[in-house]
Order: sequence, then structure tokens, then C-alpha cells
Amino acid sequence: MTATIAPASISGQGAGGGVQGRRVVKVGALTGAAMMFVAAIGMLATFNDRLIIYPILSLGYLVLFGIPFVGGTSFTKREVLEGVEVAPPSAADALNAALSGALGGLILGLFAAFVNAVPGIRSTFPNMSPEMVDVITLGLGVGPALVILPLVSAATGALAGGLSLLSDTTNKALRAGAVTVVVFALFQAVVDDFFDFLPAVPDFLYTRTALTILAAIILFALGAAGSIYLPGRRPSVGDRPGSSDSDVRRRSLWMAAIIAAAIIILPQFLGGIINELLVNVGFFALMALGLNVVVGYAGLLDLGYVAFFAVGAYTTGVLTSPISPTINPMLTWWQAFPIVLVLAALAGLLVGTPVLRMRGDYLAIVTLGFGEIVRILLLSDWLAPYFGGAQGVRNIPGIPVLGTEVNVTTPHLMIYAVVFFVALAAFISWRLEHSRIGRSWAAMREDEDVAEAVGVDTVKAKLTAFITGAVIASFAGALFAAKVGSVFTNSFSILVSLVILVIVIVGGMGNIVGVLVGALVLIGVLGGPNQPGLLQEFGQYKLLIYGALLVYMMLQRPEGLVPSKRRQQELHQEEFLQDAWLDKHGRFVEDHDHTPQRPGPSAAEPGRGQEL
Amino acid sequence: MTTTENRPAEGETVVRERRALRLSWVDGFLWAIRIGAIIIIAVGLIGSISKFAAGEGLTAEGWRDLIVSSLAQGAMYGLLALGYSMVYGVLGFINFAHGEVFMSGTMVGFIAANWLFENGVWDANPFLSMVLVLIVAMVTSTLVAVLIERIAYKPLRGAPRLIPLITSIGMSFFMQYTFAGLFGVNFNTYPPPPDVIAGSVNILGLEVRTTQLTVIIIAILSMIGLWYFVTKTKTGRAMRAVAEDKEIAGLMGINVDRTIVTVFAVGGAMAGVAALMWSLLFRSVNYFSGFIPGVKAFTAAVLGGIGNIGGAMGGGILLGLFEGVGPILILGGLGVPGVTQLKDAVAFVALVLVLVFRPSGLFGERLGSEDRV
Repeated sequence: MTATIAPASISGQGAGGGVQGRRVVKVGALTGAAMMFVAAIGMLATFNDRLIIYPILSLGYLVLFGIPFVGGTSFTKREVLEGVEVAPPSAADALNAALSGALGGLILGLFAAFVNAVPGIRSTFPNMSPEMVDVITLGLGVGPALVILPLVSAATGALAGGLSLLSDTTNKALRAGAVTVVVFALFQAVVDDFFDFLPAVPDFLYTRTALTILAAIILFALGAAGSIYLPGRRPSVGDRPGSSDSDVRRRSLWMAAIIAAAIIILPQFLGGIINELLVNVGFFALMALGLNVVVGYAGLLDLGYVAFFAVGAYTTGVLTSPISPTINPMLTWWQAFPIVLVLAALAGLLVGTPVLRMRGDYLAIVTLGFGEIVRILLLSDWLAPYFGGAQGVRNIPGIPVLGTEVNVTTPHLMIYAVVFFVALAAFISWRLEHSRIGRSWAAMREDEDVAEAVGVDTVKAKLTAFITGAVIASFAGALFAAKVGSVFTNSFSILVSLVILVIVIVGGMGNIVGVLVGALVLIGVLGGPNQPGLLQEFGQYKLLIYGALLVYMMLQRPEGLVPSKRRQQELHQEEFLQDAWLDKHGRFVEDHDHTPQRPGPSAAEPGRGQEL
Repeated sequence: MTTTENRPAEGETVVRERRALRLSWVDGFLWAIRIGAIIIIAVGLIGSISKFAAGEGLTAEGWRDLIVSSLAQGAMYGLLALGYSMVYGVLGFINFAHGEVFMSGTMVGFIAANWLFENGVWDANPFLSMVLVLIVAMVTSTLVAVLIERIAYKPLRGAPRLIPLITSIGMSFFMQYTFAGLFGVNFNTYPPPPDVIAGSVNILGLEVRTTQLTVIIIAILSMIGLWYFVTKTKTGRAMRAVAEDKEIAGLMGINVDRTIVTVFAVGGAMAGVAALMWSLLFRSVNYFSGFIPGVKAFTAAVLGGIGNIGGAMGGGILLGLFEGVGPILILGGLGVPGVTQLKDAVAFVALVLVLVFRPSGLFGERLGSEDRV
């Protein structure tokens, strides 16, 4: 199968020479479709309100014309095949990219003309408004836009194609400069907050919400210079030959100390908004750490994980709130906390036991069902006497610490509580991962039957995973109740479960650092289902982006941004086994029929793959 | 020598004992759930019957209407369940985005219905309008299903089972918010059904609302069409062969990839029919209206036995009845207030119970050789 596909794809790539008609049309059509999509869902108009560089460039146009750029980049990619020489980058790439960009721009222009001609379309598609046409046509009217749009798109496409002609260093420098500008423009809130003591810096950089042209040029130059003169990323200690375990440990201790110091000092300097944001990141990081135990370590896909968060939050609320309807012991947060943990563990056991013998995908749907059942019950009139129904539980007191109360009014103190529990959860999962139970999880994740056959107690392993996950989620729930002061069911929708899953997958399943990075990047920048992130413009589109990210990661990088080594091997088992096989036989086999790279379901199954 | 021979034997008995103990503990728990469920249902039934005898609660007409509307809704779930069932039968994963395939049909069908209504065709020529809306919904859903397969699932052939599942969750999200962006987040309401099917008809002495009857008739017709397609045509035979064993089907000269696309297309077309049914039964749609029906339809597919086409319809109707009648019959009998709020919870409880106790379904599952466990 491979033997027939490979030569065709080489000729399809055209070895870099001349105009590749079919490919240009294909990429151009996709570019046009993507540009139309961005405009039609209203993303363009919304993002257009956010400027990057004061009068000339908005986030909307950056995204819009980023599409022909990405399309153009595809022409510079060469498929690297063993034994086949790769064509060098050539001017034809830029030409192809420009042509496909022009086609994309033309499609977008025609779309604008169409929307302009049919004003009634707005009643069904609210975003296809005259405003959108205005933004697409750069305010020039439909006629000129039909000429200008293809030109601009062609230019950005050609830019992408042309960049590969430059030397690697220049290329990297230009990209670094561009990234610096965009990052500084988007994270204006952080820069503002950080330079609180020196307001001259943000005043110089920004006008209204965007960079000034001068600042953009300076930042671009700085970024470019930085990429040339600063040393690149060195291989980390673990990868360097001759480094021992103690080196790694010493280095990670240093890292941990620096991070801890930063965490202790920084919140005092940060403003309320950033602290609030970090607290939200912390909640999601906690839940993601918990889900990571269940999904990442034990391989049990739990789509109703938010239920445990709800158990934690509602239990805390009911036990501590003075106006809780029926059960009203009015405990302090610390008194309630052990009870919360016990109840969460029980909930984990209750969900875990019936699903013990279930196939992986059925387990996902059942847990989703459990999550929804919990939410519907909490919302129902039936249980309203206990949980307040749609009213929720209110007046939940904060956490009493050393005479003060940590609650919604003190985000700079709340962050310490959150960081403490994140660190605790990270420590628990780290210890568990490398313990006997962690190894049982790994074995079970790989192959349950084999694990059972070699003596792993899968019932115990599964239940431990569920209970640990539930307890960690209840940390988040208890903190959340104390922080917000009231709990309602809309904080526990299915979306929360799915967003946590996205965090775990994007960050890297089975990797604590990856999960933390995932939470910081996704929740910090985009925000949670009900919590705004740093880029509030993304508001209504963040869930769209989460969905797209999930698909993209699964297709391109299932091991996540910061992969766990073991997971990576599992996910790329086919290639891994192939390498092992080639190593063993010590030769490269030309005859594709005998290589173990057999497409089809059976090759991916670990059990069968290992026979080869 | 003797010690080495004895040791494994001792170990074995220990393992066996421990396992026996462990199984009994888990089994005990599962039996407790079973018995608890039966007791709750029995008490609820007795409560409802005594209520009915006392003349409280719903009247006989009320029950009849409830059952007919549950049947219609169940038929819709059944058609939707076909998509889940066929894809699972062939590829062995849950196509979570199928609910969004259905939703796309309802949304685009709404444009057609609205246009027909504004131009006066809807009332002047109701039959033609229905057919047109049906065609639009079916074409949209089919295209969306095929597109999703092409973009998201085709590159993942042969990946571990959970990977396409997670991809389909992402796709489902993506589709939902794409439609939220395109159509806005508000509910779109279909024009009122044409006069011809607005009233009710009398069948064998039973007064039945015409829309519900239409829905049931459409479901029966589509099932006949699908049955013919799957059992009598060459493509249908290819589909069954691929569901049975992809590798061998490929060796027999069947184009496996194309057949898989056909499976998605047929599932999408059935979702399009279900979209028309939704428009008749509920009328209002928004970007999220595919999610819950999707999960329920999956329940129906499992209930009927996944991979089993007739089972999907049977499961759909059973689930429709269970969810429509169950809350009032059982929970109402137990004296739980606000039972209609718990409708979805009842469906999810059904889902959990079915998956825990009867994962192979009531009518038997039909899986490919790779997926049989």
C-alpha cells in the first residue's frame, strides 16, 4: 500500500519546479473557504475591534491574512522520504503560494460581494452583516476589494513562500520579531500590570489598547536580535549525555525553588485582574491534575469529571453556609474539608464500581451520563430543599487563616491557597505515578488483560484512580465554593468536563508539567467556559477554538505539548516498533510489503504489533 | 524441586481465593443496584396505579397522548441511533459528532422552511414543502457527516479506540460553535406546521395528533428504505462485509474507504430525516439542540445492540417510551415533585443501567471481527 502511495505523492509535490496548477487551486480553495469561515462566524468583525498595532493592524486582519500565509507555508514543506532527495526551496514556491493566496482572496471578495447583494441574508445569519462586508473589503467598497483582496492575500502567501528562500537564521529572526510584537500586543494587560511601578514603559509601548508603530518596530527589532544573539535552547540536562539522576534531581530542585519563590513574591505585585485570572487557572489546573490521574495514568476516559468538582463545591457550601436550606451545621471551612474529601472519595467509589468491567468508550459515555445526572439532580425541585435548586447555595464563608478570611474579596491571598493545593495535587500524583499503583495503572492502560494476567489487581487500580481523581477535584470544588461564595449548577456543566479534558490532552496526558502548562496557556489566555481569559475578545469563540485544538492535537500530536515519555512511546508504538525492528535487523528494507508498517487497525494494537 | 513445584500451586489458590472474594464484592454491589432499581420501579408503578385508580394524575387520554408522543420521539431517536450504530459497527468508535450532524440538518432545514413559508409555498403546497425541507436537511446532514469523516476520522484509521472518540468530541464542539457563529445563539423557530397536519386524526378509535403520526410514518418508510438498501443492493452488501471484517472485505475487492464514507453518508441521511422529525415535533432549534438527542440516540443504539440496524430502531422506541413515560409513571408514583425536569436524568439513568448491565443490548450487538471482545 505504502509502495504505491509514496511515488505518487512525490510527483504530486512537483519537486519544487514550476506552477503546480491542481495544488494551487486546492490550497487556494481551502484558503478561501477558511477566510470565508472566519468572516461568516463573526470572528473577523469581533477580532477587528482589537488592534495589534495602533492604526494599521487589527487582530481580525492578522487572523484573516494569516490564513493565506499558512496556506503559502504548505508549499514550502517537503515530504522527507528515506532515499529520495528533497528539492531545495525555490522561487516557484513563492509563486505558487502567491497564486493560491490570490485565489483565496478572490473567493473572499466574491463572498463579500454576494453578502452585499443579498442583504436579507442577515435575518438568518446574523454575522453576515454590512459591517462584515465593510471589514472584509477594508472599507473600500466591493468593487475595489475584488482587486485588492487577491493582491493582499497573494502578497502574504508569497511572503510565506519567500521566507523559505532566506537563510534559516534570518527566517528565524523575522519570525521571532513578529511573534514578539503579537505577544506584547495581546498581553498588554500583563505588561501594564507588571510595569505598575514604572508606568512610563506601558505608556510608551501602547496607545489605547494597541502598540504604537514605533513600539512595534522596536519590539520587532528586539525580538529578531534576541533570536540571533541569545543562545538557543540548550538540550535539557536529562538529554545530555553523561548526566546522572542526581544532576537531574539537583536541577529540578533548583527549578522548583525558583518557581516557588516567584509564586510567593509575585502575587503581591500583580493586580487584581491577573490574580483573579491565576486563581481560575489554578482551579482548572487542579481539576486537570485530577483528571490526569484518571485519563493520563489509568487510561480511563472520564467525561463527567465535573461531577466530583460539584460534589466538592456543594458539600462545602451546604456544610458551611449559614443559609443552607435543610442541612445546616455551619461548620468552618477547615472543619468541612475532611468531610468533603470523604464524600468525594465515596462519590468516586460510587461512580467507579459499576463501570469496572466496561469497555473504554462505553465508560466515557457512562461517566458523561453520571455528570449530567448529578447536575440535573442538583438543579431539580426534588432536591431543592437540600441544595437550593436553581437558587444554589449562597453566603458560603471563606477560608479562615490566621485571623483573616480568604474569600472573593482577597484574590491575592486566595492565590496562595490555590497554589498550595495545586502543589499538593501535583505532589500526590507525582508520588502515585512512580509508586506500585502507578505502575499498575501504566500496565492496565497498556493492556488490561495482560495486566490482570501478570497479577495486577485491576479492580483496585481502577478504583484507586477514580478515588484519587475525585478527591483532587473536590479540592478544587471546596476552594471554588469558598472563593466564589455561592455555588450554582451552571458552573458544573458538561462543558467544564470537556474543557478539562482539552487541557489534559493539549498539555500532555500523563505529564504533570504538561497539564499545568496546558491549564496556564488555555485558561490563562482563552479562559474557561464561564471565566474570561486574558484575551477577552476570544470570548464566544474560545469553545470553537477548544474544539479545533482537540481535533488538531489528536490528528497531529496526540501526546500533547509537553509529552510524557511513556505515553509518547505508546502513541507512536507503530513507529517505535518499526525502529526497534530495523535496529534488530540492522538494515533498511526496500521491500515495503515486508515492513511492519501495515496500515489497518491490527497494526496499532500493541498485542499484535509486538509479534513482528 | 518439590518446593519450586509447590509454590506456584499455593500462589494460584491464593489468587483464586482472592479473586473469588473480590468478584463477590463487586457483584454484590451490582446486584444491589439491580435490586434497588427493580424495587424503585415496582414501588413507583404501584404508586402510579393507585393514583390512577383514585382518579388523580393523568387521565387515560393523558396517558395515551403521552405514549404516542413518546413513540414519535422514540422513532426520531431510532433514526438518529442508526448513525451511531452503523459507525460503531464498522469502525468501532463512538461518533460523538453525530448529534451535530443532526443539528446541522435541523438548522439548514430551517432556512429552507422559512424561505418556503415567506414565499407562501409552505401553506399552499405542504406536501411539496415537506419534501423540499426533507431533501435540504438530508443533503446537509449527509455532506456534514462525510466532511467530518474526511477531515477528522480518515487520518485516524487504526488508531487506538479512544483517539477517534476524543477527536469526535472535539469535532462536536467545533461544529456546535461554528453553527452558533453562523446562525447566532438564539433559537430559530420553524413555521407552524401546515393545516393539513396541524390537527389530529382518528385511527381505530384513537385520536392521534397528525404531526406525531407523520413522524411515525416517515420513520417506518425510512426503515424500509434502509433495510432495502442494506440487504438488497451491492453497496449495502459491501457495507455489511466491511462491518464484518475490513481486511477480508478489502481482499474480496471491496473499496473499504469508499464503503466507510457510504456508511457515514447513510447515517447522515438518516440524521437528516430525524432533523425533519424534530422540526415537526419541537419546531425550535439552536446550535445546542443536537447534543442531548445525540447522547440519547447513542443510548438507544446500545440499548438495541450496537451495530444492529433493526435494534437501533427498537432501542430508540424503547428509550423514547422510557424517557417520555418513565418520569411520570415511576417517579410520579414515588411522589417526586417536578418530574418533567428529571426527564433527561431518567434517560441518562437508563443509559447507565443499560451500559452497566446489558452492554450487548437487548437485540444483540453486531461488531466487526476487530472489535469483538
